[in-house]
Amino acid sequence: MAIQVDIEKNFKGFSLKSTFESNASTTGILGASGSGKSMTLRCIAGIEKPDKGKIVINGKTVFDSEKKINLKPQERRIGYLFQNYALFPTMTVKDNILCGYRGAKEQREEKVCDFIRRYQLDGLENRYPSQLSGGQQQRVALARMMIGEPEVILLDEPFSALDGYLKDVLQKDMKEFLKQYSGDMLMVTHSRDEAFRFCNELMLLKEGKTLIFGETRALFEQPQLLDASRLTGCKNNSRIERLGDHEVYAVDWGISLHTEQKVEPDITHIAIRGHWIVPTDQPGQNCLSFETSEYVETTFEHQYLVTNSNVKDGAALWWMRPKNSFRDDHDENLPAYLYLPPEHLMLLK
Amino acid sequence: MEFLQEINWSPLWISLKTGAVATTIAFFLGIFCARKIMKMRPISRAVWDGILTMPLVLPPTVAGFFLLLLFSLRRPFGKFLLTNFDFKVVQTWKGCVIAAAVIAFPLMYRNARAAFEQVDVNLIYAGQTLGMSDWKIFWKVIVPAAGPGIASGTVLAFARAIGEYGATSMLAGNILGKTRTVSVAIAAETSAGNYDIAGFWVVIIVVISFAIVALINIVSGKGMKSRRWI
Repeated sequence: MAIQVDIEKNFKGFSLKSTFESNASTTGILGASGSGKSMTLRCIAGIEKPDKGKIVINGKTVFDSEKKINLKPQERRIGYLFQNYALFPTMTVKDNILCGYRGAKEQREEKVCDFIRRYQLDGLENRYPSQLSGGQQQRVALARMMIGEPEVILLDEPFSALDGYLKDVLQKDMKEFLKQYSGDMLMVTHSRDEAFRFCNELMLLKEGKTLIFGETRALFEQPQLLDASRLTGCKNNSRIERLGDHEVYAVDWGISLHTEQKVEPDITHIAIRGHWIVPTDQPGQNCLSFETSEYVETTFEHQYLVTNSNVKDGAALWWMRPKNSFRDDHDENLPAYLYLPPEHLMLLK
Repeated sequence: MEFLQEINWSPLWISLKTGAVATTIAFFLGIFCARKIMKMRPISRAVWDGILTMPLVLPPTVAGFFLLLLFSLRRPFGKFLLTNFDFKVVQTWKGCVIAAAVIAFPLMYRNARAAFEQVDVNLIYAGQTLGMSDWKIFWKVIVPAAGPGIASGTVLAFARAIGEYGATSMLAGNILGKTRTVSVAIAAETSAGNYDIAGFWVVIIVVISFAIVALINIVSGKGMKSRRWI
């Protein structure tokens, strides 16, 4: 019951309708760019005003269009970590952090020094933001946000401005930081990996509409909607014809499949993640005889685009196979069949 | 060169004093108006921006005409100021300041506004979520971030103010030791045939103006790398 959001906001040619109620301490909003996820965050922080709806944070109504409540961002006690950190360029690290301080004057100096130490900024107090590395900038932004003891923190694509090694280090640091933070966190990202790693609950957003909201693992296991499966990174899907409670015919793949889940009448598609496809040499149920139409090599994986060899013009499936070494030959040791495990088949509407 | 010995230096001091006071007025008024304009909706913003920019594009004599209409002792507002506050603008040094401030104002306002537009709005939002008051955000975050633009606006306004002629001569006239600025002196001496004295004031004005423009370039060019271009 930490964050309740039910808002609408209309723009020219785009309308945002965002609805969720988080229960977990870490919640994510996953969506493509332009889907309205940052706008949702800005409405919660009070930077933007929704046209209609209600926002309740820890039982406190910060926005309600019917009751004409619209608290200023200053009154909401919500921390916001901006994508580019938005550090004040003409102020030193110490002055930047001081700007976030809200307590009594007497403890000011002591508290700032404490935060400089806690966020490993010793020795950088008098530097300007432009003289810091990306990682240091993020720590300053975090310190500046946390010194005001916000009840909820909002992270707007916290890692999108970083690359490679630094990103890994900062993700590890952030995980550590979130463990120590007792309030709730809401994060916006377009990366399903970040969403999976940082968030206990997820809201999927597409073109301004909430697709689905739920526990992260459950959403990845059973996204329930075709659009949701795509957003969580699943590339393999096929239309179906229902044959029984646990039997379907995958029209685009040209194969009959047994499913673990019961096939409800409103199911229209089936999908499977390329990583869960298992190579096998025995024919049998859920086994596909295949030919490879395309091959892509990534750093640690072979990725094959395969089609059913018994069907002409069938839809292709991605099959991801881990490498044993960088000198693996992808044509060697190819199995005769690919097995689509019933427990990994996702039934979609 | 013997004319230099008996030259009356008062026009220079009057010009500099007028420039300083007028620039101070234009500075705060320009920043204040730029802030107000930034908060407006696009249509009212366009209208108000047009009004505030008028003194820059209209001939200074038109500004002088309006100022005379406003402050003339024979008209209500001028009469009101004189009877209630003993405040006289026409044919006084206050007239010099008001004329120069009106003419210099758009330069300050436009530069401040352009500088504010360059400031990342996320800095404002960040300040708000951190609990800073809007007033504090404006003076501690935005104005410093817009520093170079505001500085060049100030210097340009000063340069314009010390050189003001048209509106000044209409509103404040040409009283030696009171309202005769360098530009007014140049016009008066030229029409009286004193080309050497007029020329002397011309040299002074050219030197000061050039020094000011060079100063802007040095200040705003700081931190800029020399780059190859086309």
